[in-house]
Amino acid sequence: MTLMTKLCSAAATLALTAGAAVAEPALIYDLGGKFDKSFNEAAFNGAERWAEETGGSYRDIELQSEAQREQALRRFAEAGANPIVTTGFAIASILGDVAPDYPDTKFVNIDGFLQDIPENVQMISFQEHQGSYLVGMMAAMASETGTVGFIGGMDVPLIRHFGCGYAQGAKSVDPDTEVIANMTGTTPTAWNDPVKGSELARAQISQGADVIYAAAGGTGVGVLQTAADEDILSIGVDSNQNHLHPGKVLTSMLKRVDVAVYNAMEAGEDLETGSSTVLGLAENGVGVAMDENNEQLVSEEMMTAVEAARQEIIDGDLDVVSYYANDSCPAISF
Amino acid sequence: MDFLTTLQVLDSAIRLATPLLLACLAGLFSERAGILDIGLEGKMLAAAFFSAATASITGDVWLGLGAGIVASMALSLVHGLASITFRGNQLISGVAINFLAAGLTVLIAQAWFSQGGRTPSLIGTGRFEPLTLPGAEMLTGIPLVGPIYSELISGHSILVYVAFLMVPLTWWLLFRTRFGLRLRAVGEAPEAVDTAGVSVVGVRYVAVCICGILCGLAGAYLATALQAGFVKDMTAGRGFIALAALIFAKWRPWHALYACLLFGLLQAVALRYQNIDLGAFVVPVQFMDALPYILTVVILAGFVGKAIPPRAGGQPYVKES
Repeated sequence: MTLMTKLCSAAATLALTAGAAVAEPALIYDLGGKFDKSFNEAAFNGAERWAEETGGSYRDIELQSEAQREQALRRFAEAGANPIVTTGFAIASILGDVAPDYPDTKFVNIDGFLQDIPENVQMISFQEHQGSYLVGMMAAMASETGTVGFIGGMDVPLIRHFGCGYAQGAKSVDPDTEVIANMTGTTPTAWNDPVKGSELARAQISQGADVIYAAAGGTGVGVLQTAADEDILSIGVDSNQNHLHPGKVLTSMLKRVDVAVYNAMEAGEDLETGSSTVLGLAENGVGVAMDENNEQLVSEEMMTAVEAARQEIIDGDLDVVSYYANDSCPAISF
Repeated sequence: MDFLTTLQVLDSAIRLATPLLLACLAGLFSERAGILDIGLEGKMLAAAFFSAATASITGDVWLGLGAGIVASMALSLVHGLASITFRGNQLISGVAINFLAAGLTVLIAQAWFSQGGRTPSLIGTGRFEPLTLPGAEMLTGIPLVGPIYSELISGHSILVYVAFLMVPLTWWLLFRTRFGLRLRAVGEAPEAVDTAGVSVVGVRYVAVCICGILCGLAGAYLATALQAGFVKDMTAGRGFIALAALIFAKWRPWHALYACLLFGLLQAVALRYQNIDLGAFVVPVQFMDALPYILTVVILAGFVGKAIPPRAGGQPYVKES
């Protein structure tokens, strides 16, 4: 063996080991931003928990515009990140196109939908309508006016899916409950417009709503603020938002994005792909947040009813209709 | 639509129109002096952040307001330096300011508060509280006038009243004072002002500074009166709607008031009634959201009178030697 080949093989070995060392997971947040106190922050928390428990490190990026999605995906894939976890429905179709180009990299998408899932992609979705159903019940029980509100972020099927479950839950308590639903907008700025969120909340309050559920990312901060200012109750979403205004936030509809991200990173390169995973009440993928900030607000009766409904949904005795089933909602029209 | 609902919609329209109005008047001063300003959005955003940050650290909203104005004026001066002193392209400088503000606010917020580009929620004296005007409680009982006074006119934050007072003040300053004449002349025929021995650069700098102050008020109103803190990109395009309003108003103060109130009302109606059913057809909410821009395009196309911008707008002044 000549010196040259020795050197070459040494360099190759070095390159290989270096390549293996940087195979750390990556996380791509959606446009709402890493710290939206909601969906993306939950993803961040999951990744942080993984990093803390395993001592590993991960890479992440906050997108600034639609156009960066594909760029970010390719960058991470080419830099050898594995698995690459993406959040938000909007990146799903791009992921469907990009993933086949990197067969050795595994991808995860949370919230998205793809007709044909590539071999190396895992799609994770949540049964948001089930969790929303439970908070809808609590809203209707806590309401004194018999009118409850729903404020969505960008008007997309996913958010209607939230609203639909919520309306069904509210009407299950009392069929006469009125549910007012508003969407903030139709562009991604709708996730970050707290001023508009505030005005929507005020408009709903003037129409009699005294509990408002915000499923609107950063816009929800404005909704919760106005609800607290006007002394009515609000319901947070995705992360536990009860602490934002203690005693004014009835509860939060937890969507355990953190658990999904944690599991994906934990599985690492052994991640099962080519399929979709659905996390519902049974898997603790969605749920109702209870802590010291809202225990005064939630009565014994509410807890019992919610617990009973939860069990019924898990057992299949109670069917919460999904908005996706036929793109319409039996309890409310948007 | 009953009386009370109408009042509530109008009330919401006033709240939504206030930041537009302040930004629109800011743009009016700048553009009347011949400095195009598409950086209104960025200045508002910077003011929103620095007012909220200062108010949350000191607990005093007035200090916050001051900091917001200073931040907005600093960006104004950058714009002035680039476009007046160095005779750069005013549009490019404005775009740069928008990007600078969008990035800097989040970056500094993260460094100071570690809450992911937002400030902590403001409480107590850290916020502008709604003012109850004298007699508002007493008059509520009187039909028609009472509710209008107590619901619609009273109960806004002080910045709303300041914004509305700025309209006659702007009119007076621009059309009834020597300074106003010079400012308008600088935007129409700077060489004439120069011939008269008045510094074109000086007048333009003053105009840009006034623009900064008004944008500062607008940003502080968003972050410390309407909301209780700063959230990334919270201006959400209001600076651009204000620019549209400015063109719609054809660079005139009173018309700016009407344009901003109209745009505020359109937003308020869109928020209150998602899809408006007119019997024969349904007006979708997206149409209401787009209406300000559509109206501006119609105006620009010259269908409703011609919108003629100040003649020297966008051109740096070069002294003839």
